[in-house]
Amino acid sequence: MGEEMSRKPYVREVSKTTWFLRQPRYQRYMAREVTCIFIFAYTFLLICALGSLANGPDAFQGFLNALRSPLGVLFNLAVLVVTAYHSATWFNVTPQAMPIQRGEEFVPGNVIVGAHYGAWAVVSLIILIWGI
Amino acid sequence: MSERQIQLEVLRYNPETDSEPRFQTYTVPCLNEWVVLDALNYVKENLDPTLSYRWSCHMAVCGSCGMMINGEPKLGCKAFIHEYGDSIRVEPLAHFPIERDLVTVVEDFIAKLASVKPFLIPKEDKPTSAGEFKQTPAELMKFKQYTLCINCMLCYAACPQYGLVPEFVGPAAIALAHRYNQDSRDGGRDQRQEVVASDEGVWECSFVGACSEVCPKHVDPAGALQQVKVASTIDWYKEHLMPWVKK
Amino acid sequence: MEIIKTDVAIVGAGGAGLRAAIALAEADPKLRIALISKVYPMRSHTCAAEGGAAGVIKSDDSLDLHFNDTVGGGDWLCDQDAVEYFINEAPKELIQLEHWGCPWSREPDGSVAVRPFGGMKIKRTWFAADKSGFHILHTLFQTSLKYPTIQRFDEYYATDLLVDDGRCQGFTALEIRSGQMKQFQARAVIIAGGGGGRMFPFTTNGAIKTGDGMALAYRAGAPLKDMEFVQYHPTGLPNTGILLTEGCRGEGGILVNKNGRRYLQDYGMGPETPVGQPVLKTMELGPRDRLSQAFWHEQKKGNTVSTKWGDCVLLDMRHLGEKKINERLPFVRDLSISYLGMDPVKEPIPIRPVVHYMMGGIHTNINAATPLPGLFAAGECACVSINGANRLGSNSLTELLVFGRRAALSAIAHLQSGLPAGNDTALTAKAKDSEDRIRALFAKSQGTESIAGLRKEMMHTMEEGAGIYRTGEELAKTCDKIAELRQRYAGIALHDKTNVYNTDLLQALELGSMLDCAEAVAVGARDRKESRGAHQRLDFTARDDQNFLKHTLAYYHPTEPPRVDYLDVVITKSQPGVRDYSGAKK
Repeated sequence: MGEEMSRKPYVREVSKTTWFLRQPRYQRYMAREVTCIFIFAYTFLLICALGSLANGPDAFQGFLNALRSPLGVLFNLAVLVVTAYHSATWFNVTPQAMPIQRGEEFVPGNVIVGAHYGAWAVVSLIILIWGI
Repeated sequence: MSERQIQLEVLRYNPETDSEPRFQTYTVPCLNEWVVLDALNYVKENLDPTLSYRWSCHMAVCGSCGMMINGEPKLGCKAFIHEYGDSIRVEPLAHFPIERDLVTVVEDFIAKLASVKPFLIPKEDKPTSAGEFKQTPAELMKFKQYTLCINCMLCYAACPQYGLVPEFVGPAAIALAHRYNQDSRDGGRDQRQEVVASDEGVWECSFVGACSEVCPKHVDPAGALQQVKVASTIDWYKEHLMPWVKK
Repeated sequence: MEIIKTDVAIVGAGGAGLRAAIALAEADPKLRIALISKVYPMRSHTCAAEGGAAGVIKSDDSLDLHFNDTVGGGDWLCDQDAVEYFINEAPKELIQLEHWGCPWSREPDGSVAVRPFGGMKIKRTWFAADKSGFHILHTLFQTSLKYPTIQRFDEYYATDLLVDDGRCQGFTALEIRSGQMKQFQARAVIIAGGGGGRMFPFTTNGAIKTGDGMALAYRAGAPLKDMEFVQYHPTGLPNTGILLTEGCRGEGGILVNKNGRRYLQDYGMGPETPVGQPVLKTMELGPRDRLSQAFWHEQKKGNTVSTKWGDCVLLDMRHLGEKKINERLPFVRDLSISYLGMDPVKEPIPIRPVVHYMMGGIHTNINAATPLPGLFAAGECACVSINGANRLGSNSLTELLVFGRRAALSAIAHLQSGLPAGNDTALTAKAKDSEDRIRALFAKSQGTESIAGLRKEMMHTMEEGAGIYRTGEELAKTCDKIAELRQRYAGIALHDKTNVYNTDLLQALELGSMLDCAEAVAVGARDRKESRGAHQRLDFTARDDQNFLKHTLAYYHPTEPPRVDYLDVVITKSQPGVRDYSGAKK
């Protein structure tokens, strides 16, 4: 009859570096996570803005010129797209993280998500108008 | 009744004869309404009685037949042949050691399930002679979804974190803890936090969400884990900013 | 061989086994408890039960009514003292389960809700949506995790009971993952291994329902009782046999034949009740045996709907509306859509009767004790008998709880009764015999029979001879066939001769269990020359209380058919009467 030594469970290794290539949903996840790099970069940019502001009007003008350069515009565009994607993915999962129960029913997910997009639109509008 | 010849590529492994797993292909005449489990049963009955796999209810409630079908964690009894092409690859559930053929070693999951104290720790002491705890339909709805877990472990197979960090307590176990935390009759949340809110607990989760995508019972463990994170964070702030408030 | 010493060992970790384990742990924290199961506990077939568990709690109900419904539903073959005990304990057990966290469905005021169920005069079936068995099982399993004294042995297959000095003192079991044989020494053994519906081709039962627990006791000398009473559940999906709960009809679903007629009124269950407003204990809420038998008659008359999966009738739930179906019958909807591609919200679902439950089982007394000292049994594998000739829906989930606990208490009493020390040498020798029996299967190089082949023949003959309606002639053929199959079983050789998780071996052992139990079913049916409850004969159509108000007892023989004996039914308050499920009576 069998012995305990007959058993030899086989462990399938998971690559620490290429694991996300295994499934499309992992790749989508990595895309979402990678957006953080862009957002971090933009934060760094904002700190530079503050820094240049502190160094006087000339320094700040220099910073604004840099922003208007082709590279600057490209960078900002990229960050806008990435941040929009980042925000959209986070909005879409809020119903999961914060369900709202009214009696025996739950507020439909798309209402919660829609409210986020709505608030985003309003805030964006206010800043744009105020900016202009 | 329509029939199709399906090439079933099954990952075999016998620890007494194999040093590593290998694929074996079977040609199975499948009825279109069959599920992959029916094809496996055909193989065992007619082609190869040595094939080992777990199954029982054939109605997606016992949780036995979790396996990887074309690389996706699925229940064998709910993977419909008509959704696949003429070649189907069947492997044991990912992230678990292979015992034999499609049978995995699931002790880690069982241990983790038990570790979160997944039982009612009543808020109040009430003898059964005093009747049932009252619970309104709304209170029941608060945790009902999380009671539906059939312990099939598809979520563990899908979770890349569990694959990379085997100490992770995992989706189903934490979702079950959440089920009890949300139950109006329960007062044991603090007792579960030690395991649930530990580094290997909910904080190992980075909300990939794969678990909820593969869950055959729509339990949404990812949602449960995020809700646990939110609750734990609020706890932490309360504890540190308002230490005078008793828990 | 490794010897595991424990005080009480439980074979089977479904509802009854888990309930027994918890009862033992609560009664005495010093008790060593071993809980053995061939599957992980949450895979036990309790998980597939849908409808609910009956217990009297509402003010419009009474224990007497539950008693009468049960005894009448069982066609007076129930032991009435046991039924009395059962209905009294039922509400306490269900409340205990609620205290353990079971998510029972609720009334708006927060109290537990009950739903109508077949054969019950007043609605008293507690339910958790349409997954009551699932929730009960998981509640029990999760609660069992509270008790460190419950030591689980998951995926161990018990092979033989060890009987010495006239007492059961343990058993041998195969550790499936390693193929190692182990000896369990326990002065009390509780068998809770479930029924054996898989001996039939068409069943709601999962793969694991192969009667191993019953066979274990049977081979050790405990008789099997009333095995001929096999329940056909009226509403199973035609292709897979998957169960659609009685709750469908409790909520108002109706059964119609190919002409759109609610045919049950033609079989003594009329008059026709308004659609969607079921009246308890009539029409679609009649007892299961009558409903399944009505199908058989409709089929003979040519009134059934011909589908690609065979003849069916239609279960129409469209009038319930999507909201009610999603709230009360979500699982049923999911199953119909997934496995049949049909949505009960939009169309009637074709269904047919399928084997579902075995009223018979290991003979126990009212205290869950078998005639073999030290051996107890509870759940579907046991026959107390509270279900008699036909079980009412939602009584069996409650039965698990009541008799699971009862078996535990009886086991404790047995331990405290002053038992002499066991003879380790004798027990180990018997354990060795058990191991040799299994080794023999490995030793055989060439087989003349295949496991799958014998199994198919068994299922075919059981369906032919021991189906909904039986005749002496067909039953005799089935008895002969099963006897022949038992002989031919010796010709089996294993294709898989390895040790780790050998399911070829498991299927061989399970087939052996099924053949032994099937013979008890066929022989009991052949010798019961009457019609009662779920046992209906075309050659003896009347109930014969004169000769057969008795339980059938089958005693095992290794090579011959079982010896049959009879045991009087315990009648206390309710004399055998007419089972009237027509709405006309008042």
